Amino acid sequence: MVKALLISATVGGVCGLLSCYMTLKGWALMGDAVSHSVLPGVILAYALGLPFSVGAFVFGVGSVATIGFVKQKSRIKEDTVIGLVFTGFFALGLVLVSKTRSNIDLTHILFGNVLGISIADIQQTVLISALVTAVLLLFRRDLLLFCFDPTHARSIGINTGVLHYLLLSVLSLAAVAGLQTVGIILVVAMLVTPGATAYLLTDRFDRMSWLAIGSSILSSLIGVYTSYWTDSSTAGCIVLVQTGLFVIAFLFAPKHGILRHRFASSMPISSLPNR
Amino acid sequence: MTQSELMRIEADQICVDYNGTVALYDASLHLPSGCICGLVGMNGSGKSTLFKALTGFIRPSRGHIRINGCSVARAQRDQAVAYVPQSEGIDCDFPVSVWDVVMMGRYGAMNVLRIPRQSDRVAVRDALERVELLDLRDRPIAALSGGQRKRTFLARAIAQRASVLLLDEPFNGVDVRTEKLMAELFFQLRKEGRTILISTHDLSHVRDFCDLTVLINKTVLAYGETSKVFTPENLSLAFGGLPPDLLTGNSSSEDA
Repeated sequence: MVKALLISATVGGVCGLLSCYMTLKGWALMGDAVSHSVLPGVILAYALGLPFSVGAFVFGVGSVATIGFVKQKSRIKEDTVIGLVFTGFFALGLVLVSKTRSNIDLTHILFGNVLGISIADIQQTVLISALVTAVLLLFRRDLLLFCFDPTHARSIGINTGVLHYLLLSVLSLAAVAGLQTVGIILVVAMLVTPGATAYLLTDRFDRMSWLAIGSSILSSLIGVYTSYWTDSSTAGCIVLVQTGLFVIAFLFAPKHGILRHRFASSMPISSLPNR
Repeated sequence: MTQSELMRIEADQICVDYNGTVALYDASLHLPSGCICGLVGMNGSGKSTLFKALTGFIRPSRGHIRINGCSVARAQRDQAVAYVPQSEGIDCDFPVSVWDVVMMGRYGAMNVLRIPRQSDRVAVRDALERVELLDLRDRPIAALSGGQRKRTFLARAIAQRASVLLLDEPFNGVDVRTEKLMAELFFQLRKEGRTILISTHDLSHVRDFCDLTVLINKTVLAYGETSKVFTPENLSLAFGGLPPDLLTGNSSSEDA
């Protein structure tokens, strides 16, 4: 169980940091798309004897490229294209699972299997986590500016196209790492919820990052521990704790929580929506 | 007036189209250093497109642009062009402080890791002083008034020390005090030899303090000294025959 705790906490921390950018950029749906689209990649990688993360990464980035291509070349709106592409990839994965004779356990991919994680998978996950963290830390300010005001970024000579794909690549990698702990279906929660929780608690990006990382790690630890002792779904427990923390923030956040508005009769003018 | 020899912005017959839809054609524009120029046109007339071309966000399909005599890519590297967005164009709840936003103006001058040096901090402090926001430097932008937010982005352009400032609807929804302060700043910046291009559809502001005016409707209809450009014929060309007094104070936002 210690292995499971450590690896979940690692993945939780990384996804927590990334979730800040996802929340601010409004890429929740994109995270969902990427995480579902990696399924055929995982199956093919297993069938070909490659590390599963390679296949997953190729299909994750591939789905994003497909979404971009269809959106540009047709009149269909982006959210429709996203829904269309990722379900297509996911369906392909399901068919591949039923057609390849292998010892892949579909439920482990879909819902995670962190309590039974292998040494090889741990190595891959740690490597991916380190890579994602390094990229996010190195390009922290550029990525923040890219989320905030891409026009300004462009006008001072920052290549926003590179940043766009960098963030998408990191998202694919994080989805692959998250797949190990909570599985494909719920990985989007790891990529969105901690950021959303932290966003309700502060107006500073640095604090938001720390809060997101903290809440994400805490959720992973409590989730794995609870699931171990109650013999319930690990992914379910982790994400439930995350959702629980969000609900607490939603209700009780000092500035942006809903109960604060109910009880505080005198709201400062400065926090009113204004122009 | 040795500086007037230098052209800040030279755009020659630029065309821009988005997937076959023409947004701008044959637009030519020459602006000297040290001037305030109003860019006037209806919604969808190509004002934003021209700004995007000048910041390098889109590349014209024909024609070329030179800024300070150099290519747009070079101007980007030199931090020559600053863009001040419309309030509607930014996420006001983004978790950054006034100081953070203004510091973003210095990113281009920093190394890859964007670690501020003393000179960057001095530039940010000076810029904040000029827009009278130094006291609010630690405040999150979510807690600013509309006018204060406008000044924050203006400070970012000042901190960037750009020679060309592009302002998108700077007077939309600001109070009289901020308007006065901004006008004063524009005059100072002009004195320093900077060229300010203000996109607006409020003609009264253009009359009040723009030296030059560019009328735009898919192409540059007319440009030159404000008093000469503001003829009834030109204005009806720019606004498709509508009487211009109906359009002053129109504050809907522009797309395209």
